[in-house]
Amino acid sequence: MKLRYLEMSVGLFVLLGIAALFYLAIQVSNIVEYRDGDTYEVIAYFDHIGGLKVRAPVTVSGVRIGRVSDIAYDPERFQARVVLAIRSGQDHLPADSQASIFTAGLLGEQYVGLEPGGDFEVLSDGDEILLTQSALVLENMIGRVLTNFSSD
Amino acid sequence: MADFLARLGRSGLHWLALLGRASIFLFRVLSAQDAVVRRFRLTLIEIYSVGVRSLLIIVVSGLFVGMVLGYQGYITLVNFGATEALGGAVALSLVRELGPVVTALLFAGRAGSALTAEIGLMKTTEQLSAMEMMAVDPYRRVFAPRFFAGFLSLPLLAAMFSAVGVMGGYIVGVGLLGVDAGSYFSQMQAVTDWREDVLSGVIKSIVFGFVVTWIAIFQGFDAEPTSEGISRATTQTVVISALAVLGLDFVLTGLMFT
Repeated sequence: MKLRYLEMSVGLFVLLGIAALFYLAIQVSNIVEYRDGDTYEVIAYFDHIGGLKVRAPVTVSGVRIGRVSDIAYDPERFQARVVLAIRSGQDHLPADSQASIFTAGLLGEQYVGLEPGGDFEVLSDGDEILLTQSALVLENMIGRVLTNFSSD
Repeated sequence: MADFLARLGRSGLHWLALLGRASIFLFRVLSAQDAVVRRFRLTLIEIYSVGVRSLLIIVVSGLFVGMVLGYQGYITLVNFGATEALGGAVALSLVRELGPVVTALLFAGRAGSALTAEIGLMKTTEQLSAMEMMAVDPYRRVFAPRFFAGFLSLPLLAAMFSAVGVMGGYIVGVGLLGVDAGSYFSQMQAVTDWREDVLSGVIKSIVFGFVVTWIAIFQGFDAEPTSEGISRATTQTVVISALAVLGLDFVLTGLMFT
């Protein structure tokens, strides 16, 4: 009787600990969301990426279809080379789609938004997105506004 | 002056010898770990007294720490109109820091001191020598199951602490202060990463479990076999464990969250 109680309480203890870990994995963190399964990679070159980070979302019409898998500086093109890993299921993006860097909210994180074009050919692994729009840099914008004012 | 130097040298050598004894002890305990499987009953009993009986203090403290975090986070965030971020703030601080560290400190006070006192008394009443006389290896019979129990229990307790703390933050933030329930959890999931945050916290708690149990058992083993010696060893366990946990936390944080 005593041993049964002991075994059961230890079993319950271990079970509770594992349940807590599962809770942390599924409810608190986002383990499911990051399991994208198979992806294909598309490359986009930006003049300025602002505060874009690796693992930032890639969206079409606001729906997340992939994530940024790598960011590097390309010394030959003088541009930032951003690799977008897109879920294999989303393979109907026209080849002339445009990639822009947007900011979620006023102070939120930055993400890559894709706007589909009208081409019949679709993007596939290793392709490059030719139309890109850089992140808005606040200082540049203010500078432009100020020159506009002073030229008047 | 020479006297002072001599005393400094003596205490330095004393600490060096202590570290050496502790390391040899750890090595012998680790090489006796096969007893954990072979004498599973003993291990079970130790997990019960070290882990199961720490449940209450861990769960209640976790709940209150989470509630305080929810309240304080809300007060700060409401100035920026960003109370939706409360879930993320509560979860990140619990999973990364407070869960492992506070659990380890409570564990050192609740279970570590008990381990030291128990083993210290075994030594004082010469039970350990008696075991050796009967050809029972105290490393297998006494130390290995206790070490394994502490090593296993602390990560599990830390996970429970964080999980309960998140619920505590939910009770205060959503229940009392009116943060939206959906954004509490969605914001939490957006900022908390499984590998970077949760697993790093688990690694921390594994390291803490190792160190705290090691200190507790060694202090008991190394205690002077008098009633005063046991009381000193018990105090030392809590003090050294707390310092070791906080110091290691700094190092581990630097290593993992660069």
